[in-house]
Amino acid sequence: MKHMRALNKKAGRIEEYVASRNEDVVAMQDRSANQRPHVPAGCALMFTPGWEVDAAGGTAGLCQPVERDIYDCFVSCYWPAQVPDHLNNAPDWAAKCATATKDWRNLDLVFP
Amino acid sequence: MTAADTRVYRLGEFHRFESAGANFLYLVPAGAIFAVDTAVGKLIACLSSGELPHEQLVDDLAASGLTIGDADELIEEMVHANVILGRDSVAEPPSKLPDVFPIQTLVMNLTNQCNLSCQYCYEFGADKVATPEGKPKFMDIATAKTSVDFLLAESGDRRSIHITFFGGETLMNYPLLKEVVAYGNQRAAEQGRHIDFSLTTNATLLTPAIIEFLSENNIGVTVSMDGPKEMHDRLRVFSNGKGSYDIIEPKVRALLKNHRTRPITARVTLTAGVSDVIRIFRHLKQDLGFAEVGFAPVTSSANQLYSINATGMDSVLDQFHTLADEYLEHALRGESHGFSNVSDTLAELCQGVNKSHPCGAGLGLLGVGPSGDIAPCHRFVDSDAHALGHISTGIDKAKQADFLTRGNIASKYDCHTCWARPLCAGGCHHEAFVRYGDTGHPNLHYCDWIRDWTDTCLRIYGAIAAKNPGFLQQFAERKAS
Repeated sequence: MKHMRALNKKAGRIEEYVASRNEDVVAMQDRSANQRPHVPAGCALMFTPGWEVDAAGGTAGLCQPVERDIYDCFVSCYWPAQVPDHLNNAPDWAAKCATATKDWRNLDLVFP
Repeated sequence: MTAADTRVYRLGEFHRFESAGANFLYLVPAGAIFAVDTAVGKLIACLSSGELPHEQLVDDLAASGLTIGDADELIEEMVHANVILGRDSVAEPPSKLPDVFPIQTLVMNLTNQCNLSCQYCYEFGADKVATPEGKPKFMDIATAKTSVDFLLAESGDRRSIHITFFGGETLMNYPLLKEVVAYGNQRAAEQGRHIDFSLTTNATLLTPAIIEFLSENNIGVTVSMDGPKEMHDRLRVFSNGKGSYDIIEPKVRALLKNHRTRPITARVTLTAGVSDVIRIFRHLKQDLGFAEVGFAPVTSSANQLYSINATGMDSVLDQFHTLADEYLEHALRGESHGFSNVSDTLAELCQGVNKSHPCGAGLGLLGVGPSGDIAPCHRFVDSDAHALGHISTGIDKAKQADFLTRGNIASKYDCHTCWARPLCAGGCHHEAFVRYGDTGHPNLHYCDWIRDWTDTCLRIYGAIAAKNPGFLQQFAERKAS
């Protein structure tokens, strides 16, 4: 917290709560005690390798973090998501985003 | 209610205080203590004349020097911490008591007999609630063992449990005390648990052998003592009217010298003629050498001669302030002072307690009389009207529920607007009964006093947190009472 400093145990718990409310991105990696309900984002309507399982057949990275979906929709998914068209108009859109979990802020808007 | 209501703000429930040049908030519904910066002060000033919509609040904060972004961020932080509330915010009702509440402490009144005749005694004096007629005067070994078994059975999986010996004069049944310690230790060891023992005594019957036993067995001792001779002897007298000071003084010195395993405390009852707090403290702490000295005004109905009137209570509070200032000076040097009225409050503030009940009576603590009757605490022992069952048949759940419902802060409407309620919760059940005839009545005769004292301790807490926070560590590890 920026304006208040916790001085007793109960205040410490409020501080934790406020911190959990101010997380920049909250997804399935949110392991705090005050985890809020959220919907795992991602396509799960049918079996599509890369979504239900990852490229190695595992589930560890499945649909998390959610920002990964933006990137996946861009290159590998046939579903018409709200991401730029990588074939014709924005082939370099994800060039500055080598690791989606870290670099997703580099994914910029594309104007026609 | 509309979505816009969440964006109209008013002040939440808190108590502001200053200490050591810094600003603090005590958030009442939580019992949380925060150091706050000047921006929080600006926000509170903006809302102090009434609620404001978000845009207006941002504008006002901007006018006081914050950027729009900072103002938004500040508002969000304060909303999350409940320093300010949205218009649609409603107070959460107090959570219900758990169905099973394991007891932690059993106060065993080993006898209801006493060799002193202190006029103010709540067990024998004019305001007594006890009805001991026809009941045993001394607890027998069978009742005592059943009581220990009861504690072990009713304490669930609590790690540490306590037995406090009480009376009458506890040491008038010293043979039983020794047996209970042996039996309690044996039974607890069989279960891989530990019982901690303590006792309260008037010190008249202490002998070197008893002191040695108490020290060897780590038994905590509280001595009821009212100060130097002329004060102590006013009301703490034998039945012939003779004061008890000369008898106990050498015994207390021997106790303090030879009982080395636990800090020994003195417990002072303040009355109309015995309210020179500072002199009493100096005598007990410095002349005699008690580790801690705690004070409580006598419990009485309003018209007893020994009651302290409002003026007397103001004087007591002034003297408490003097000792509290001394306490703070000691704390900032990392030294122990010994005024336990401060340290007990700091311990509760450190935990951030927010009590449903003023104390553990009837909840985590029970009293047992010589007859085996269970009472909410030692002060109600031997009172038929307040018995909560019998040690052989267990707790009378219906009576316990009635006692706890009366005493719950939720039933004390007068307290609902008081910022000091997290610690006070309406005050002592027994005092309430003596004053108002109802254990669940808030003790309205000392509200201002409690608020002043709580504010004093908050300011001490704030100053220590700012200047010597390490000192508070001892309270973080200490159990909230």
